[in-house]
Amino acid sequence: MLTKKAKSRIIFLFFIFIISAVTAIFIIKSLNKNILYFSTPTEIKQNEDISIGKSMRVGGMVKKNSIVIDKRNIQFVVTDFKNEILISYAGTVPNLFAEGKGVVAEGKLKDKNFFIANRILAKHDEKYMPPEIKEILENNAK
Amino acid sequence: MLSNIGSILILSVLSLSLLIIYNSYLDLKNNNQLIKKSIYSLSLFQITFTILSFFTLIVGFIYSDFSIINVYENSHSEKPLFYKIAGSWGNHEGSLLLWINILVLFSYLFLIFNHKHNKKFRLYTLIFQNFLILGFIIFLLINSNPFSSIYPVPLDGLGLNPILQDPALAIHPPLLYIGFVGCSIYFSAAIASMLSEYSGKQFALAIKSWVQISWVFQTLGITVGSIWAYYELGWGGFWFWDPVENASLLPWFAISALMHSVMVLEKRNTLYEWVIILCLLTFILSVTGTFLVRSGILNSVHTFANDPSRGLYILLFLSLMVFTSLIIFFKKRKKEIYSFKSSSKETFILANNWFMVFFLATVLIGTIYPIFLDVITGAKVSVGPPFYNTVIIPLVIPFLLLMTFGPQSSWIKSKKKTLYKTFYILLGAFIINSTLFYFFGSFGFYSNLILITATFLILHSVIDAKKSIKNRKTFEYPRIISHLGFGMLVFFIGINHHHSIETDFNLKVGETKILYGYELFFENITIEPNKNYKSIIGDFKITDLKKNYTQYLNPEIRVYTNPETLTYEAAIKSKISSDLYLTMSNVTRSDFYNIKFQNKPFMIWIWISAFTIALGGFVQLILKKNEK
Repeated sequence: MLTKKAKSRIIFLFFIFIISAVTAIFIIKSLNKNILYFSTPTEIKQNEDISIGKSMRVGGMVKKNSIVIDKRNIQFVVTDFKNEILISYAGTVPNLFAEGKGVVAEGKLKDKNFFIANRILAKHDEKYMPPEIKEILENNAK
Repeated sequence: MLSNIGSILILSVLSLSLLIIYNSYLDLKNNNQLIKKSIYSLSLFQITFTILSFFTLIVGFIYSDFSIINVYENSHSEKPLFYKIAGSWGNHEGSLLLWINILVLFSYLFLIFNHKHNKKFRLYTLIFQNFLILGFIIFLLINSNPFSSIYPVPLDGLGLNPILQDPALAIHPPLLYIGFVGCSIYFSAAIASMLSEYSGKQFALAIKSWVQISWVFQTLGITVGSIWAYYELGWGGFWFWDPVENASLLPWFAISALMHSVMVLEKRNTLYEWVIILCLLTFILSVTGTFLVRSGILNSVHTFANDPSRGLYILLFLSLMVFTSLIIFFKKRKKEIYSFKSSSKETFILANNWFMVFFLATVLIGTIYPIFLDVITGAKVSVGPPFYNTVIIPLVIPFLLLMTFGPQSSWIKSKKKTLYKTFYILLGAFIINSTLFYFFGSFGFYSNLILITATFLILHSVIDAKKSIKNRKTFEYPRIISHLGFGMLVFFIGINHHHSIETDFNLKVGETKILYGYELFFENITIEPNKNYKSIIGDFKITDLKKNYTQYLNPEIRVYTNPETLTYEAAIKSKISSDLYLTMSNVTRSDFYNIKFQNKPFMIWIWISAFTIALGGFVQLILKKNEK
């Protein structure tokens, strides 16, 4: 027979277990909902079941002489030297955004050639390159 | 020349640490109740040499001694003096030297200020603190020596990254470092207390002030960093859930939990093990944060270095720390009997700890999940801010309620008090919220609840403050101030979040744009040369059409020469009720300038609230000093 003390301890542990399980599920669910996958233009071209309209990140180099600015938007081409994608963005670009430099855009795909960004990241210093882009360039150079 | 002096000083600090460890070890076996005089003098030499080595580096920066690689890489002869000095800790090597300075400083202060405590406990603390010092000095010497020299001596330096040339960022690292590295002393003290089998209450008394000091500095450091990000990064936000910001928040959660539970240990002599775990965790998380930032694993605004060997060393040292402390913990743990009723103050403080641990776990998972996924599946992901918002925001509501009710309860067991007062305050909070709702218009269900609970906490704190001033209960001030600050912080962030205006558009000189009741006229562009940069200044006339009130804002584009970099300086008009925020940028030298215009209500109040939180801890330190 369990003593009263042991009984209350079991109930207490049981509650803690339930609460931790619920919070863990809650955290993992919201995590899966909010992660942004990173793709290169080539991956977008090749991947058949890439979801159009879901938030994601695209990265590569800003193609030379591709930046066009009008009243509303700034448009530019991002390349990984194999494939390209056109990116349209309404907003302020970071100070390190420039032609021929690495960039990561966050937003949604309109179709496989057109990406609408809601955030541009290039917040690295001039010597630094985002690890994702470094990897692409190394692979494509081979 | 300076490079040699610096290296000699560092080497002597290294040997002094070894001597201190050896002498303290010998002294442990002495039955004498007093610590040997020689240990005091060794420590005094150690702190003097450490500070001198740091001064040597600063002198190197002031006189632009480019024979030191570190100065060459991070300074330039034409840089303003203030940033030459600040540049000495604005880079990886220099900041590591600052880190060691703080380790040694806390080691020395802990030794001389805790003379009332048990000798064994103090000696063990000293030994472990010196092991930490040794670890970091070896790291400094083998791959991050700020005094490495270069030959032939370059004519001029490469310059400091312009976004770091900013007063807020000059004081941000020292504040944060005192906060993070200050944790080292109670990491050592926790291990010492286990080894010397020191009583829980005495241990709590010994570390309490140190916990408060590092907590105050961490809070200030994080706030100053956030202010810097607000006006320098040009996004107009103050918190981005950037991995580096998260790394600074992790130890803050742990230390906030510790600050509360150490009171339980002091007053009731219980929760000893939990306090020990938190002491160990706080410093381990500080070093983890350093590892994540310095190794280049995470991608963020801080770009110290992406040198894997640095990461490897910190990782090795970190694992050594974790394993040692775990082994000692499991060998030396004592059985404890917990006995307190569910409505006592201890329970509420434990509830605070539960929440802190939950927040900590959330931020930790969000920060390191991308690393794991990359290692396991190769997929590159990032965790967006919505994750933190959806997980953390719902829990802020019960957290705020507990912050209000918790302090009302008494130790061991609470008496049932009349609930009328609380009810009236809650009613007041409802009324304030409804008024806000009426003026500002719609906000969601959660926001309503958050604003009500935050207002509830604010009102309750104000009433508590009145009562404790009347009854001269000074010991309650710190808690009231910090809780008030937290309530205000949540309140103002809530309003700011929902009622900010933010737009981006492109404009040519001479054009006008009308938006959200503001008229924006881009008058002119002027170019102005400065000492180490050239600025392109935009003249904007902004008219509030409702109030017919005109103001001028001048955002800048700065072209720095050494190193050649562009920065965008935001023009911010701060008023008590709101901030007007304007940045302009130009990418391809086209006629169109890219403009970001924002109106952010109560920005100043967010900073004031954060400083109020820190003020609480500061007041506690002053009160304690007066007690003695």
